[in-house]
Amino acid sequence: MPLITYRDALNQALREEMHKDDRVFLMGEEVGVYNGAYKVSKGLLEEFGEMRVVDTPITELGFAGVGVGAAMVGLRPVVEFMTWNFALLALDQVVNAAAKMLYMSGGQYNMPIVFRGPNGAALQLSAQHSQAWESWLAHIPGLKVVAPGTPYDAKGLLKSAIRDDNPVIVLEGEMLYNLKGEVPDEEYLIPLGKAELKREGDHCSIITSGKMVLVAMQAADTLAKEGIKIDVVDLRTIRPMDVEAITTSVKKTNRAVVLEEGWEVCGIGSQIVDYIQRDCFDHLDSPVIRVHQADTPMPYAKALEKSAKPDLAKTIAAVKKVMYIEA
Amino acid sequence: MATKIFMEALSPTMEEGRLVKWLKNEGDAVKSGDVLAEVETDKAVMELAARGEGLLRKRLVNEGEAVPVGTLVGVIGAKDEDIASLVASAGPTKGSQTQDSRPQTADANATPAVAAPVAAAPAAPAVAATPAAPLTPAAQASPAANGGRTLSSPLAKRLADEKGLDLSRVSGSGPGGRIIKRDIEAAVASGSSVSRPASSVSSLKTSVDFQDLPLTLIRKTIARRLAESIGPIPTFYLTAEFDLQRASEMRAAMTAMGDDYKVSFNDIILKATATALAQHPEVNAHWLGDHIRLHNRVHLGMAVATDDGLIVPVIFDADKKRMSEIAIESKALAKKARERKLTPAEYTGSTFSVSNLGMMQIEQFTAIINPPECGILAIGAIEDKVIVAADGSLETRKRLRVTMSCDHRAIDGAVGARFLQTLRRMIENPLMLVY
Repeated sequence: MPLITYRDALNQALREEMHKDDRVFLMGEEVGVYNGAYKVSKGLLEEFGEMRVVDTPITELGFAGVGVGAAMVGLRPVVEFMTWNFALLALDQVVNAAAKMLYMSGGQYNMPIVFRGPNGAALQLSAQHSQAWESWLAHIPGLKVVAPGTPYDAKGLLKSAIRDDNPVIVLEGEMLYNLKGEVPDEEYLIPLGKAELKREGDHCSIITSGKMVLVAMQAADTLAKEGIKIDVVDLRTIRPMDVEAITTSVKKTNRAVVLEEGWEVCGIGSQIVDYIQRDCFDHLDSPVIRVHQADTPMPYAKALEKSAKPDLAKTIAAVKKVMYIEA
Repeated sequence: MATKIFMEALSPTMEEGRLVKWLKNEGDAVKSGDVLAEVETDKAVMELAARGEGLLRKRLVNEGEAVPVGTLVGVIGAKDEDIASLVASAGPTKGSQTQDSRPQTADANATPAVAAPVAAAPAAPAVAATPAAPLTPAAQASPAANGGRTLSSPLAKRLADEKGLDLSRVSGSGPGGRIIKRDIEAAVASGSSVSRPASSVSSLKTSVDFQDLPLTLIRKTIARRLAESIGPIPTFYLTAEFDLQRASEMRAAMTAMGDDYKVSFNDIILKATATALAQHPEVNAHWLGDHIRLHNRVHLGMAVATDDGLIVPVIFDADKKRMSEIAIESKALAKKARERKLTPAEYTGSTFSVSNLGMMQIEQFTAIINPPECGILAIGAIEDKVIVAADGSLETRKRLRVTMSCDHRAIDGAVGARFLQTLRRMIENPLMLVY
């Protein structure tokens, strides 16, 4: 199976869907002539022309609105945000227009739109450009939110997102774009709303998504050397969440660590812990522990940034704590 | 951390215990599990074991004294630990007599100002030693240390329940003495943990076949008072006269169709009784001393006179059997009874009984309840009688008198009467039996 990058996997997904359906088009800052800020749209302008790969001004709210309008009249826009930090400006269109159009039109308008771009922190981009927005977005009824953690998942989920008749948020990762993984030549889709058990073990579950899948897998590798076997549940879709995958795993392992990139308060992990306490109460041998970003704006200083981020060491420590193992 | 020693429930029904003999003296070192004293329960002399480590600092109950379960009988603690407040919490009990006021015990330090510096300094290393090993931080932590609660993970609680372990006898290795899965597994592996005594409530069961009702206070009082009045089973009797005209016509029509379709009046009555019982589980019941068992299945006893005496074979699930099946089965059972060929399985398990002396021209009689059943129906003879019809005219009709004996501990008059109303509806309108 070919090894390709996360970036190329997304590029393949866009290309395949644009070939398959001429209503699909890409729009955003620098997606055309510059081939995308992170080169995800490389070669698409050349291949599909200016009508289908549209460079926009630096006006997030404006082009998100154009996308919503296009979706209302039957096109299938893919709107790229250079990062989700910039998408804050477009949230009115995402939350108030896209998420509610089907509902408020009494089912008259579908909203087959994808909003995608990198989410969360990269390296030393400081407080305003290092934020993970999944809990904000997943909070909204009417939105679907996916967070692929591997090239394979990125391609399969983006293709499903484009084919979905509802607004789908795709949270990518700046630090993931260069990640290589196996992606088959033949076409495949990954259904929205289905988690994947990325690693099987019966001592402890790590429930995670997106960029943190990599951290969870590294933690599982490290802990395996100490004989600790981890179930890694990759949610892949944050909303709608695959609750059964979570509870099945926790009922097996009796212990859970919830790993997320964002902040603690009202984070995705709070929701996951709620599902666990509701469905797995009698199966828990210890309180669930969350690993997340420190409750502070992301520091710029390298050492401080490192200590604020959820990472391998914190994840391993959390697993040991829920297993009552002395660190 | 000091550990309180309580009088424990050492038998399922124990409410108080008499401290027969202390096996440790004040000042003796004790380990968790050491036998501290012998305690006489309502059933036997049992051992009271330590649930903490340290020195037996205080004995609060004298040998020979009986105290209620849950009473503080002693304190285990470190050598210089201040246990004055613990001892004081025992209140002005008989235990205060046992204070032998050894001068070296810290509880003698009634004034905190003096006690504090003395107690705090030596206590510090002991406290520090415990958290140093978080893996087994509080294996010694006793339920008492957590305000009387046993701390355990939900999973451990569930596992203990499934394995019938008494959580209070499992020591927890988690933070603060929390009992976790591995502690349950260790307890099971070592077999050291004492199985939880069956609680009296567990004798109350439910299944698809029956439902157990706990005795309410009023029900207990009724049972006790009425038994005092009339004997072990305070019986009362309800007599009703049923019109058997239609049943008689039905039987005649069936008989006219040939021997294959012939049923006896007794079969009709058995079928009607079983069907009515299915609608009245409150009389299809067993009195079991501390509770009443309502049966959801109807196993009908039928009294059969034999040369040796009375025996009551059982038609199981009689309400679910067709009249023809009951006819065949009752005939077979009666034959076996007279030939003394009934197996015990065939004459035990009835939930209600019927006794019929109608064939001997007994107009009406009272039958004796077959315990633990709560009712029996006595069937008299079917006779032609002149009755006043609804329009005031006189009519000759087939009539039958039945008398139901009821155990008043379980069945009140109105309850038995309602059953007889249903039975009347069945017997007077035999088509109800196929309804």
